[in-house]
Amino acid sequence: MDPVDALVDDLFRRESGRLVSILVRIFGANNLALAEDVVQDVLCRALEVWKFRGVPDNPSAWLVTAAKNRAIDAMRRAKKAKTYALGVAAESEIPPDVEELFHPAAIRDDQLRMMYSCCHPKLNEDVQVALILNILCGFSALEIASAFLIGIASVEKRLARGKKMLAASRQLLDLKSDDVGARLPAVQRALYLLFNEGYHGANATAAVRGDLCREAIHLVSLLLEHPRARKGPTYGLAALMCLHAARLPARMDGSGRFIPMELQNRATWDMELVARGFVFLEQSARSWELADYQIEAAIAAAHASAQSVEGTDWDTIVTLYDSLLAVRPSAIVALNRAIAVGQKAGPERGLEEILSISDSDILQIYPFYWATLGEFALRSGKRGEAKHSFRKARELARNPFERDHYAARIAACSGVG
Amino acid sequence: MSQFVYFYRGWTRPESPAEMQQQVQKWSAWFKTLADAGHLADRGFPLERGGKVVAGKTKSVTDGPFAEAKDIVGGYSIVDAKDIAHAIELAKGCPNLERGGAVEVRPLLTMTS
Repeated sequence: MDPVDALVDDLFRRESGRLVSILVRIFGANNLALAEDVVQDVLCRALEVWKFRGVPDNPSAWLVTAAKNRAIDAMRRAKKAKTYALGVAAESEIPPDVEELFHPAAIRDDQLRMMYSCCHPKLNEDVQVALILNILCGFSALEIASAFLIGIASVEKRLARGKKMLAASRQLLDLKSDDVGARLPAVQRALYLLFNEGYHGANATAAVRGDLCREAIHLVSLLLEHPRARKGPTYGLAALMCLHAARLPARMDGSGRFIPMELQNRATWDMELVARGFVFLEQSARSWELADYQIEAAIAAAHASAQSVEGTDWDTIVTLYDSLLAVRPSAIVALNRAIAVGQKAGPERGLEEILSISDSDILQIYPFYWATLGEFALRSGKRGEAKHSFRKARELARNPFERDHYAARIAACSGVG
Repeated sequence: MSQFVYFYRGWTRPESPAEMQQQVQKWSAWFKTLADAGHLADRGFPLERGGKVVAGKTKSVTDGPFAEAKDIVGGYSIVDAKDIAHAIELAKGCPNLERGGAVEVRPLLTMTS
């Protein structure tokens, strides 16, 4: 067996998040920067040794041991030199139960505490998402910037603001505190946004988008290990992520080009993820607490159980969108509902529904709004209108692949394609 | 066949955990290519960046060696190759080069060379 086989996907990223969380618990949140330095150092050493000597059978255990030794070193130094930056640990002895701090269950709890702590109510959602990606998922500022197609300066600003807030709290949130229950919706929301960035985001790279979806699923699975988080909405969120992500391979080709629903190859769906999604959906239904996540998951489930576009249960989907609009009124949800109506009752009805959406101002700058208008117009034989709409979509396209796709649709309006 | 030592020079901090993982994978793949073709005599070891220098008749001990980041020897391996030209060709696949580093190729001195 090649030694590199022991190196599971995202190992360094995942371990970075685990180790920073545990060290922050030991050093205190005010020493987040120190924890990050120690982890960076441990990972760099692993890189050098593994390069030459191969990856050990249990790389996670190797890294945890290395981090433990470094942490004990740092604490010893702190004890010797009182001037050291360690606020909390410097005053105390090296905890006798240092082994217990590195127990798998303790590490999991530390990650959960970090997740809740990143979703501080005083932080904007974009800061929360950036913090989670950076601290728990090991993404650098540059990687976050390129995943979200935003400037690195604004990512750095978000991270600095978030870390200042974390440091001010000195300790991470206690999992038994009342704040944990109150913050659960914010945590769910942040993971939802993270997932959506991967699923619907503007980044044209299939690999990057898959990464974001995978991280979101990893974190929601972690969240479900916390008894207080095991509620209907969390299961619903997990279900919708799995059911959407399962279909991601069919939505994009290898180079990130979007594939329209009619042409998607359903054989490429990840059936294991579909199955996981259905299990989560069932668990979410056992709870009386209903949130928009469960409804969205049910919509995704209706898509995931269909053999083809024509064979899709559009009636159910329209009804689910009605429920979703009731709990989360938004023009985007209304647009998706209109698309389902169009699939069910024909393009003319779809067009009517789209044009009757109130407060559609926000949709004017949304390329999919114009693209949908274009598709339904084209199917109704209104070539001129369709062309106009696809041109609008092309103007608003967020990356070259979207632009190419709309250009092809414009050509199709002239009867070429 | 002759033996050559590769000294891997130059050190830059990886930007992110994802990049570190890529590097481990690249190095493992490269060593595997060398080993599969029967060229890898010894993978060698990575080296700490600093150490001590014991020097001269006085046996003075100093910190060091203080090399510039680009000159730091980060590790070494031993390879079997036909001649130096062949050893150079093999070194061209080293992932260290992609990051602006260098591979110093040094033939082992023997009576027959």
